[in-house]
Amino acid sequence: MKDISYHTPDALLAAYAAGNLPHPYALVVAAHISLCVECRVSFEAHQAAGGVVLDSTEAVGVSDTLKTDIMALLDAPVISKPVHKRSGIYPGPVMEALNGKPPRWKSLGLGVRQSIIAGGADGNVRLLYIPPGQAVPDHSHNGLELTLVLQGSFSDETGCYGAGDLEVADQDLQHTPIADAGLPCICLAATDAPLRFTSLVPRMLQPLFRI
Amino acid sequence: MHVSLDIEPADRSSFLGLQKDVPKVTPPSPKISPQTLWMLAVRDQRDKAAFASLFDHFAPRLKGFIMRSGTGSGQAEEIVQDVMLTVWRKASQFDPARAQVSAWVYQIARNRQIDMIRKEGRPLPDELNENPETEPDASQIVALEQEAGHLKSALTKLAPDQREVIEKAYLGELTHQEISSQMGLPLGTIKSRIRLGLQRLRHELKDMR
Repeated sequence: MKDISYHTPDALLAAYAAGNLPHPYALVVAAHISLCVECRVSFEAHQAAGGVVLDSTEAVGVSDTLKTDIMALLDAPVISKPVHKRSGIYPGPVMEALNGKPPRWKSLGLGVRQSIIAGGADGNVRLLYIPPGQAVPDHSHNGLELTLVLQGSFSDETGCYGAGDLEVADQDLQHTPIADAGLPCICLAATDAPLRFTSLVPRMLQPLFRI
Repeated sequence: MHVSLDIEPADRSSFLGLQKDVPKVTPPSPKISPQTLWMLAVRDQRDKAAFASLFDHFAPRLKGFIMRSGTGSGQAEEIVQDVMLTVWRKASQFDPARAQVSAWVYQIARNRQIDMIRKEGRPLPDELNENPETEPDASQIVALEQEAGHLKSALTKLAPDQREVIEKAYLGELTHQEISSQMGLPLGTIKSRIRLGLQRLRHELKDMR
């Protein structure tokens, strides 16, 4: 395992542990924790803090029947949902979003491909495939953008991001990520709002590609 | 490698009932909490009496915790029921060297609350494939519990308004922006927990390769 240089900020980990991160970001953070021991430990520390809060919460009496009801259900049969595990470069949470199937890529031109794996009112999550030397179209975004590298690496104005690294870009950052030489760069990217492309052509294509 | 604790190796295993015939040396060190012992009995022996004890400890706290977010009493009890049944059914996933019982129950409760709001449940990280040969180590369990104890006393020593911020954060009522601007109070103890945990996990992962 290569050392991961760019981690999930603590506030995002805390919000994720508390279950208050919008779904697209939660997916990327869960994928990063799957790859990053350091962030897993921080996440577990936040769980411990949550446990302390739970344990210090003032007890509220439960109804008399609750315990007997639950005890009676212990031996009831349970249908368990299948859990999608890591497959190749894709961590479990990504496989879960892909429903266990390989991504369905759509071309964005110049060899760049994307596959939207989750989307809704609170933003979307996509996989991006960028050939070496190729740029993700110049863009800015309305809110926070999280980009996790799954394969290869990319560089932009803020640094070089390799497999396992997470780039956190706020709305003020206008950046042009370019895939480095070597393997094609595959990333998982989440935004809470549509991207804004700064040049005209991608802006015209935007409604078509939902990028 | 591991966190230093004053437990003799022989005593560690008798703690977990692994070697019952080892003569017991009186340990000068803290013991594993009843909650953890109950949870281990549920996990390893499917012990219903131990589960009933866990219920008595957690159900009223869970109900109070859930009602704090504005859920009514009846619905809160439904959630408590789901959470406690998950504790029973997923007991095999409980690892006392990685999580306190309260931390584990907390996550189950938050997952359940989120699943009720959204259709696509909360994304969860891959489980670590830990070496099944690795014996549970009582010193790690006790170390974790001590740190949780430190966290708890740090929380109770906070001024009421600071404490409320922390509670709201872990109740899921603050956004990450609010957390980054308002928190950072008992982070000292969380950070020490992180360092210890990191050391331990790195060690375990090294053993796996």
